[in-house]
Amino acid sequence: MKALRAALVLALILAAGAALAVRPDEVMKDPALEARARALSSELRCMVCQNESIDDSEAPLAHDIRALIRERIADGESNGQVRAFLVSRYGDFILLKPPLKPETLLLWLSAPLTLALGALAIWAATRRAREPTPALSAAEEERLAEIARDREGT
Amino acid sequence: MIVEIGHFALILALAVALIQASAPLIGVRRGDRALMGVGSSAALAQFALVALSFAALARAHLTSDFSVLNVAENSHSAVPTIYKFSGVWGNHEGSMLLWVLILATFGALVAAFGRGLPARLRADALAVQGLVGAAFLAFILLTSNPFERLSPAPFDGRDLNPVLQDPGLAIHPPLLYLGYVGFSIVFSFAAAALIEGRIDAAWARFVRPFALIAWSFLTLGVAMGSYWAYYTLGWGGFWFWDPVENASLMPWLAGTAFVHSAAVMEKRDALKVWTIFLAILAFSFSLLGTFLVRSGVLTSVHAFASDPRRGVFILLILAFFIAGSLALFAWRAPLLKQGGLFAPISREGALVVNNLLLTAACATVVFGTLYPLALEQITGDKITVGAPFFNMTAGLLLLALCFVTPFGFSLAWKRGDLLGVAQRLSVALAAGLVVFVALIAYLRGGPVLAPIAAGLAIFVILGSLSEIATRVWRPGLSLATALTRARGLPLSFWGGALAHMGAGIALLGLAATGFGAETIAAMRVGVPKTVGPYEIVVNTVGERAGPNYRDIVASMTIRSGGAFVAAIEPARRQFPTRQMATTQAGIATIDFGQVYVSIGDPDADGTVPARLYWKPLVTLIWLGACVMALGGALSLADRRLRFGAPARAKSAAAAAAMAARRP
Repeated sequence: MKALRAALVLALILAAGAALAVRPDEVMKDPALEARARALSSELRCMVCQNESIDDSEAPLAHDIRALIRERIADGESNGQVRAFLVSRYGDFILLKPPLKPETLLLWLSAPLTLALGALAIWAATRRAREPTPALSAAEEERLAEIARDREGT
Repeated sequence: MIVEIGHFALILALAVALIQASAPLIGVRRGDRALMGVGSSAALAQFALVALSFAALARAHLTSDFSVLNVAENSHSAVPTIYKFSGVWGNHEGSMLLWVLILATFGALVAAFGRGLPARLRADALAVQGLVGAAFLAFILLTSNPFERLSPAPFDGRDLNPVLQDPGLAIHPPLLYLGYVGFSIVFSFAAAALIEGRIDAAWARFVRPFALIAWSFLTLGVAMGSYWAYYTLGWGGFWFWDPVENASLMPWLAGTAFVHSAAVMEKRDALKVWTIFLAILAFSFSLLGTFLVRSGVLTSVHAFASDPRRGVFILLILAFFIAGSLALFAWRAPLLKQGGLFAPISREGALVVNNLLLTAACATVVFGTLYPLALEQITGDKITVGAPFFNMTAGLLLLALCFVTPFGFSLAWKRGDLLGVAQRLSVALAAGLVVFVALIAYLRGGPVLAPIAAGLAIFVILGSLSEIATRVWRPGLSLATALTRARGLPLSFWGGALAHMGAGIALLGLAATGFGAETIAAMRVGVPKTVGPYEIVVNTVGERAGPNYRDIVASMTIRSGGAFVAAIEPARRQFPTRQMATTQAGIATIDFGQVYVSIGDPDADGTVPARLYWKPLVTLIWLGACVMALGGALSLADRRLRFGAPARAKSAAAAAAMAARRP
């Protein structure tokens, strides 16, 4: 863990020393293909950076993957194929949007579950509030009458 | 010597905080007024001691006293004075001291201005505040002592992290901490209410000013952090869904929900238990954020140093306060009397929807931030949760919230008339729809999210304006009458209107990011490149020396149709002491948009690799946040009049009685 962290810090420092995210010499000639490459690389994580996409990162690794994506797109692969290749090589870690799997089910359901639970709680609260106030018991009726008598008396 | 006084003051502050945490509680249980009053004096004393301690550390930094380890590691004699000062909190130990200083400040505020509060509630709240203070003071003293000496003292310091040598650092952390820590008071009052086992509309009135202060500062702090990232990171992104950013967003979302639910509680005596829960949640997220940032669980610019002892200590504090308050909640909340019921179509009904959406958005941010950490611990699987996930979940929920906002703001309390509100909002709705359709037509397909957001933004802004208009103006009224009516409206109404308008303005800025332009080019001197409606040309490339850095500067001119618009100087900044480089973006603000240029190291043949951006309306994102914070402040001004009101009314009555007694 410590070694990994040291490596991360080193990578960050190296990254800061490198030139620029997408470099002019990386750009593909065909604007449509380049747009695809950009869109694809903004969905992928730079593995040595803090939550930066490959499209935004200055790290050498990100540069290599950007080049790889463009190479594969130029070879006529679809976005899905390129993505599948990268996942086979780097695992789900590279995807900024985690895939829907049993392990990530709870993550994806966090919003719908909260909404459903909240709606349920609101429904329960309104139901409880609508319940009629229970009628007074005989003893309470008597006490009420007593208070009323006292008031009249004063 | 002064450094030792600072250290000693901090130890004394811990002792005082422990007294503050215990004496008032005992006083309340025994009905001993004198013991209850100890809370106030202790809170003031704790503030004075922590302030003294902070001043001692600040002095060490300003005078570059390198015999102090903290100064030697995080400062340098050549650093400009402003960064010597902001360097006080540009490191782990100092930033924790700032945290505690602000915590003590809020405690002192309650002690100084809380005379109108019920004595028991105030004593309990100050005790809880004291306990939080004691925990963090102990944390500083045991694991992160900023006053540690270094012998022999080095000749010079190791410099402040270059990324932090920026005016942003001077402002961003204090603002953010004022927000984060401000919720501690709300938390303390919630815990006090639970301890007392009673809560009413008056509670909401006492707490709302503090919640509004915290919320306004947090809004500014988050916006400031976002702008800082925008101009320092060099590629024009302003929100990264980084865990550290999420850590500040969580309390903001919970705090926003709290400010709204507290309004319901104050006006309608409803949603009490829920409001208490939100108060606990908001501060728990502040603590969680502190843990995530300070423990070294995450590596980022914010995590200055990682020492496992610190992580465990903060985790213990976190577990104690969150689990403790939730246990208190589970035990005592059933005792609190439930409030009245209300019709679904009403202001309070809309605010429940607001709370539901905000809570769901908050839940996705919490899950998205913690899920990868938890999953890796449990199964060893590494996943990433990044921008696409959050945009799809929290982003959509917040857009839905924006759609509901104008309706909620225009509905009446108790029983609203949705049809009437829709009629009043018809102009705003129509304008939003026109903007949406026009943008779709103009773009011919393409992404729909940006046009939707733009249309919603217009709806929110105009919705706020039309509500003001409805309250102020009616056909046939003279301007003078309208002005009088406007002046008669409570400040909290103006605050609400302004805050909502601010949200709309920020949303408009966010939407406009979809209409920007980007050019990546190897630029030669004298050869213009186009980005959006502008041409940019490099005039010269040269070097320039700063006090503790060296710049490679490309001076550029922005032109539009041949006419000069602005000059910018993007640069690469090298810091020799730390062997690091940062990107200094060249930014020119044109109307509300910006031209943003960042450069890489020039090639041997003199070409400069550059990314050029045209970002229309981008400044609205942060201006909108400022307008929101201003709305919070306006609303606060209204409440403050009521805050001390009972005390003032009493003293006025007493004065009148004295006057009457005189012959």
